[in-house]
Amino acid sequence: MTSANEAATDLLAPGGKREAPALVVDHLTKRFGPRVAFSDVSFDVAYGEVFGFLGPNGAGKTTTVRTLGTLIAPTSGRASVAGIPLTPRNGQQIRARISIMPESPGLYLRLTVAENLRCFAGLYELADAGGRIERALKAVNLTERANDPCGSLSKGLRQRVALARAILNEPAVLFLDEPTSGLDPVAAREVHELITSLRARGVTIFLTTHRLEEAERLCDRVAILNTTLRLIGRPDELREQLFTRNLEVRTHAPLPDPGRVFAGLKDVESWQQTPSGSYLLAVTDPDAAAPGVARALVGSDADVLSIAESRHSLEDVYLELIDEDVEAKRR
Amino acid sequence: MKFSWTRVRAIFHKELRDYRRNRFIVYTMGVLPLIFITIPIIEIFAIPASAQLSTRAGLPLLYLLIIPAIVPSTLAAYSVVGEREQGTLEPVLATPISREEFLVGKALAALVPTLGIAYLLFGIFFAVVALFANSVVASAVFDRSHLLVLLLFTPLLAGWSIWVGIAISARSSDVRAAQQLGVFASVPPLAVVVLMSLKVIDPTLALALGLAAVLLVFDGIGWRAVAAMFDRERLMTGARR
Ligand SMILES: Nc1ncnc2c1ncn2[C@@H]1O[C@H](COP(=O)(O)OP(=O)(O)O)[C@@H](O)[C@H]1O
Ligand SMILES: [Mg+2]
Repeated sequence: MTSANEAATDLLAPGGKREAPALVVDHLTKRFGPRVAFSDVSFDVAYGEVFGFLGPNGAGKTTTVRTLGTLIAPTSGRASVAGIPLTPRNGQQIRARISIMPESPGLYLRLTVAENLRCFAGLYELADAGGRIERALKAVNLTERANDPCGSLSKGLRQRVALARAILNEPAVLFLDEPTSGLDPVAAREVHELITSLRARGVTIFLTTHRLEEAERLCDRVAILNTTLRLIGRPDELREQLFTRNLEVRTHAPLPDPGRVFAGLKDVESWQQTPSGSYLLAVTDPDAAAPGVARALVGSDADVLSIAESRHSLEDVYLELIDEDVEAKRR
Repeated sequence: MKFSWTRVRAIFHKELRDYRRNRFIVYTMGVLPLIFITIPIIEIFAIPASAQLSTRAGLPLLYLLIIPAIVPSTLAAYSVVGEREQGTLEPVLATPISREEFLVGKALAALVPTLGIAYLLFGIFFAVVALFANSVVASAVFDRSHLLVLLLFTPLLAGWSIWVGIAISARSSDVRAAQQLGVFASVPPLAVVVLMSLKVIDPTLALALGLAAVLLVFDGIGWRAVAAMFDRERLMTGARR
């Protein structure tokens, strides 16, 4: 085990294990027969990072998690997980160092919370199973429910048991596949708080979600996936990157000849009229452009109601991306 | 990584706990054997003292052998598809467990209760015969070849049913279909034992040992075949691919 580990680590970073990324994914593709689940995906995740994998249903998120978790084999491409190259021979070693919380908690409903965890402590061959189970239950605030059958728990509590099960082996990389899907807002917030506290403890987390605000709130970096990787970066970078900055001009009445008003301005790259009747001007720097725009409008006798920077939320960026894909598929 | 009995034990204990609290399984494990012990007991008391004793006394033993053939097939058929339906297969396969450890854990969890139930019922049967049956009939029942067949074939038949059952289970997408198929598939080796008990095939010691050896080989092949056939991806997606 050690020699393979060292070899893998050497490959990735001569300096040693901690400097090597927790995940290296290199042109990875998975097809099921003719159906492409995800294609040509590449990214790195550093230790201690919370990495969001954001995409709509069917984008290939779960398949990516299963592939990196050695549950299914990639069709092509390479990866290394927790410093170990992703090959069929290394599956067991990789699985010993990671854990996956799948989309549905997958608990044995006839077994109690503690019995479920005890089974997994055995599967990970953990020493001091009792102590680990106690700490994991404490981390998810479930100590009191240890002896309840899982079948009697609410969905939110089951999700917490699944989370306790996933941190039992103190994984080098923790995969959370849509950890809040199907939870009510209160239960979802509790799971968010748990993830935040894991993050504070330096746990490396790969989190998939189709909910943008979740990715934005919890993750250090976000990748947007829709079969292929669309964008990757810190949430604020992403916003910046796709953000074509606009000035929105609202007037009391439509301008008789807007082309003449806006065309000559040096800071305005293009303009368009929105369905609501306002004008959207693409600019490089809104602060620099605004005074010139105001002067031009006044000069043409327009009744200006407002000139304001229009902000794209990350949500707009995301929806725009997904929409492009939907349209591309329709073609 | 080397084969870990710790992981096998984890699966085994989990299975037994789960069985004990699964009404359908408790019912199957309780009622099926009851049927197959009541019939031979009735049979024994229906035998007139003048009949061809050895043949007639062999028949009830056959019913007893149905227990190790059928009881584990229900358990084994449930083992993989049952977990897939509950969504518990994915988290288990995401742990370091190897498929061999997984399969051995599953198989032992079906085998151990089966042997327990089967030998308990055999004990009850022989006790009833010894205490209450006509002494001529009783001595025919306690024939050495009968006892040998029972002892020898119980684990071997169970082994066959378990591997066939697990193989079917791993390929199925529906628990019920898997269980019905499993019961059906556990019958062929029984047929040979039937012929022997009915003395269509002369049940010499050598033949019984030979058959047992063949069945043992089949059990071994079954284990290798099941282990080779099912990789993680197959186990997870089952018949979907
Ligand atoms: N076992 C499988 N066999 C065939 N196709 C599959 C299988 N698993 C997933 N897919 C397909 O791969 C694509 C990606 O699915 P998935 O990874 O589950 O997406 P997500 O988790 O982002 O919703 C989907 O089109 C899905 O139908
Ligand atoms: Mg998914």
